[in-house]
Amino acid sequence: MQTEMSKQSGQSFYGMAAIGGLISLLGVAGAFYMEHHGHQVSGMNNQTFWGLPHVFAIFLIVAASGVLNVASIGTVFGKKVYKPRGPLSGLLAITFLAAGLFVIMLDLGRADRLIIAMTHVNWTSVFGWNMVLYPVFFGLVGLYVWLLMERRMYAYAKTAGVAAFIWRLVMTTGTGSIFGFVVARQAYNSAVIAPMFIIMSFAWGLAAFLIFQRLMFGCNNTELHPQVRERLNNLLGTFIAAVFYFVVVYHLTNIYFAKQTGFEQFILLNGGIFPKLFWGGYLVLGTIIPMLLLYLPSFQRIQGAGIIASVLTIIGGLCFLYVFIIGGQAYPLDMFPGMELKSTFFDGHIDNYVPSTPEILLSIGGFGVAFTLTLIVTRVLPFVPQDDVAKLQASGALHD
Amino acid sequence: MKEPQDLIDNKSRRNFVGTAAIAGAGLGTLALAPGLQLIQVSEANTPSAGASSKVRWGMLIDTTKCASGCDACVKACATENGINETVKDPRQGSQWIRKIDLKNPKTGQEHSLPMLCQHCEHPPCVDVCPTGASMKRADGIVLVDRHICIGCRYCMLACPYKARSLVHQPLTAQNPEVPRGQGCVEACTFCVQRVDKGMLPACVESCPEGAMLFGDLNDPNSEIAQRVAKEKTTQVRGDLNLNLGVRYQGI
Amino acid sequence: MKRTLVGLAAILLLAPVCASAGASKPTLKIENPGQCIAPVAEMRVNHMEMLKHTRDRTLRQGIRGEKASLNECINCHASKVTGSVLGKDGFCQECHSYAAVKLDCWDCHQPKAGKLNVGQAEAAGVKP
Repeated sequence: MQTEMSKQSGQSFYGMAAIGGLISLLGVAGAFYMEHHGHQVSGMNNQTFWGLPHVFAIFLIVAASGVLNVASIGTVFGKKVYKPRGPLSGLLAITFLAAGLFVIMLDLGRADRLIIAMTHVNWTSVFGWNMVLYPVFFGLVGLYVWLLMERRMYAYAKTAGVAAFIWRLVMTTGTGSIFGFVVARQAYNSAVIAPMFIIMSFAWGLAAFLIFQRLMFGCNNTELHPQVRERLNNLLGTFIAAVFYFVVVYHLTNIYFAKQTGFEQFILLNGGIFPKLFWGGYLVLGTIIPMLLLYLPSFQRIQGAGIIASVLTIIGGLCFLYVFIIGGQAYPLDMFPGMELKSTFFDGHIDNYVPSTPEILLSIGGFGVAFTLTLIVTRVLPFVPQDDVAKLQASGALHD
Repeated sequence: MKEPQDLIDNKSRRNFVGTAAIAGAGLGTLALAPGLQLIQVSEANTPSAGASSKVRWGMLIDTTKCASGCDACVKACATENGINETVKDPRQGSQWIRKIDLKNPKTGQEHSLPMLCQHCEHPPCVDVCPTGASMKRADGIVLVDRHICIGCRYCMLACPYKARSLVHQPLTAQNPEVPRGQGCVEACTFCVQRVDKGMLPACVESCPEGAMLFGDLNDPNSEIAQRVAKEKTTQVRGDLNLNLGVRYQGI
Repeated sequence: MKRTLVGLAAILLLAPVCASAGASKPTLKIENPGQCIAPVAEMRVNHMEMLKHTRDRTLRQGIRGEKASLNECINCHASKVTGSVLGKDGFCQECHSYAAVKLDCWDCHQPKAGKLNVGQAEAAGVKP
């Protein structure tokens, strides 16, 4: 069976690569425009200064960590169905992280100072930890993928797999703690945010993996065995449910505190776009409908139910992050509880952030980078998962 | 205003640290406010001793004296620090100090106060800065080292007082003693360029009601230390336990 | 193949020569000769290190009045015509353009001489 993206689909490969490349270039163009003229050309301001690029970048970074889960389940936890999926999962982890960093680093006020960021590190800052966490992640996962694919080194893959698994738990805890450690804001300053991001990484990463896997199988004119598909879909459903649990705990706790009620009312009830994105985007599109597609027999029969669920999970994830990151800034700081504030610096004012074109281009450019990089590598190297279904059935791996 | 050439000729005739000499002479004629550290008068090329941890600069603001429509402190800060750019969107404009008008919705009581960087002893902005650009000087003044600021805005997220601003556009009319530029984050510096010469921050000096007091909190003889020891003062968001350099009265 | 490689090598080696063929050597105009803080040769080699270390001592440690003060450099070296160290005949610009070393300083620092802060002006007894 074909292990590289099919050479017969040559035309579609070049076509897809061109589109992916163009989207990536538009992202670069957007970033360059902002860097040249300053952030005045963006929709960001001194109240909402982490905008759409941050939403997409954090999604990509969290999903990068989570997509490695597929490999970890195979290597670390020994589940046979996941073993052939290891290399693709590792590759996606690398390309997604690269894409996320592409977006966030190009959004810096002084993107020309990246070398300074790597040589001057403040170790009390999560961003500072990331200067070590991200490069080592690239190295570890690269090593891990090589060990998985190089037959002679396969025996060492488990060690690398365990190291990568632990490393990414630390990394994603860091990503969640970027917000969790912020004592100043009502949306953040909570210990639950770190584990919530870990669980979200599982869901979003697996969803991304399923989409890429489907794309590759489609290009090679092969199909996933229904029982393998069912196992993967079940796992996605489990992760979506777990994410829902954490989101409920996070919001319920906030609602319980009198001092947080105003903020929660804003996010969940009367904050304009934010309740719409939370209830409609994250809950309905991103949680309820995927769960129906994955578990309800009448929905399961829909062609491509699992892939639709995966796409919706990603959309739901982006909606959640938009509410979390932008809503958390739109709501003003509560410096004088109980008082109404007014100032020339928009204290007490709910910010109305509207992303500008350069920001939108940069954000989508991130997906372009992830897609194009993955596409090119899978064209050349054998990443397509090969299931030995007979062997799996014989070992009982498909009857869980 | 003198022509640039005149000033250059004057400067070139003076000792290289002529500026410090002028400041020294100026210092001699100014009545030293209690608690201000003496700066060495440089005749030869003797640099000053630098910031000392024995000093903790602080500010005491009596909001009962703060007039609602008055923004003298804001204007003085903008003049001193060269915050003079035209912004397309006012939400993108830098404000190092601003007046906040407070209203109690239940009782209708109103008052106003200036809000600026609180120069915390445990600044969250310093904790989160990835490069260490956000820093606290030995004498307690919290600064942004724009040489290594990468403009990530994490400090803006972490600040409980919304003290920090990002410069959203290229700048050309900076004041030479207050470098500031596109893409870097900035905030009130307690007019460090003035304080280091033994002067008061521009806002404090400009307040027509005398509502703002600046000095060394560690010096028991300074007016501010004595008042903070005797009178009741509050820190904004005191429950965060950041031990602020700026204290308020009347809130 | 060999010819392609030779051709490629030729292009790579000649490119810098051709590119700089049109660039003229910088003509520095010293506005105040004989006043610099160190000899020319030393300044040429070390001025960046001087400025870099001074900046950390001044900003992070609060040490004022060091020998290498950027504002003093500007006041002395600024063009008498434009009042600036950038632009036409700009002292810093001339060499840095030729050497193609990007000047990061001027995003934040004021390149024009003679502008005074309110505080500076008050202390000097002049209007800002």
